[in-house]
Amino acid sequence: MKFNMVTAKGFQRWIGWGLPYLAALTVLMTAIGLYLVFFQTPSDYQQKETVRIMFVHVPSAWLALGIYAGMGVLNLMGFVWRSPLLFLSARAIAPIGFVFTLICIATGMLWGKPMWGAWWVWDARLTSVAILGFLYAVYMLLTHTYGSNEASLKVGAIISLIGCINLPIIKFSVNWWNTLHQGASVIRMDGPSIHPSMLIPLLIMAAAFSMWALTLSCLRIQGFLWEQRLQSKRLRQIINSMREVPSYV
Amino acid sequence: MVFYYTTTEMLLKAPRETEKVRLGGMVKSQSLKKYDDQRIEFIVSDFVEEIKVFYRGSLPDLFREGQGVVAEGYYLSSGDFKANTILAKHDETYRPPTINDNGFKGSNSINGGGAQ
Repeated sequence: MKFNMVTAKGFQRWIGWGLPYLAALTVLMTAIGLYLVFFQTPSDYQQKETVRIMFVHVPSAWLALGIYAGMGVLNLMGFVWRSPLLFLSARAIAPIGFVFTLICIATGMLWGKPMWGAWWVWDARLTSVAILGFLYAVYMLLTHTYGSNEASLKVGAIISLIGCINLPIIKFSVNWWNTLHQGASVIRMDGPSIHPSMLIPLLIMAAAFSMWALTLSCLRIQGFLWEQRLQSKRLRQIINSMREVPSYV
Repeated sequence: MVFYYTTTEMLLKAPRETEKVRLGGMVKSQSLKKYDDQRIEFIVSDFVEEIKVFYRGSLPDLFREGQGVVAEGYYLSSGDFKANTILAKHDETYRPPTINDNGFKGSNSINGGGAQ
């Protein structure tokens, strides 16, 4: 079976076929991840049980960044291939990334107060992630206010591409500046500084969160495509009814 | 755009006593002194320079010797630091407790050493 994903119809056929599998995989991975986190991972030598917030906080952060990068890619390809579907997809996935950003910040605050002694500080890491949330919000406001109007999607696309400069800033903020937030534990020169007994569940939770993002993205894109088909149907009905009215010359 | 100064940076910058700044570094082992009234003294080090810190108040759970710390307060003309707020900074190492509690992979440094 060959689905042409780049067309709206092709994508909808792919989704119709694949969505149940995506959903099942999402539930499965989440169940495995949560089981591991609560029953199979050790407590931390320093933070004891509080460390378990990491298994939600870190994957949320990765997804928040990843979805913003994904939006950038979709928007860039939208310009390159001149495909409205790609701009529309970027619009569809933005709220998902925004929610992951909020989860990251909320879990971070819950973690920071007992561990650091502060709910929030304006160090480089936290500030740049707050900016990411702001960038998501601006993009969503713009594309929502004007609907899936192609001009607003393109302006939003440009803003999202410029905003991508924030992604390496977030990643390297803990190196370039003195921050309260600790340095990288996974992607670093000396290799991960997380013990495998914690690293594996972390990666599984990240995979589970990614499945959530993928399943919800497909659902949302499908929703927008249905909305567009409905709108063009309505438009055709209006035009047809106008034709029926006799025009008196 | 500075969140905190290391001890070396603080000595270089030498801010006025009236300027609120933050000092970050490692709590030097065996330097912590506790007095009545929740008053404490300790030395902050970046393994190059040291500054003595005075503080009165409650401490975060993770605060202890050999641990990272960020103190917010004022750099006195005597060269010491008077802190109003103490924040504990932990490094990027996560591991289960061991009997020896020897360091596992992880730099235990303040500024995310070794990050890509």
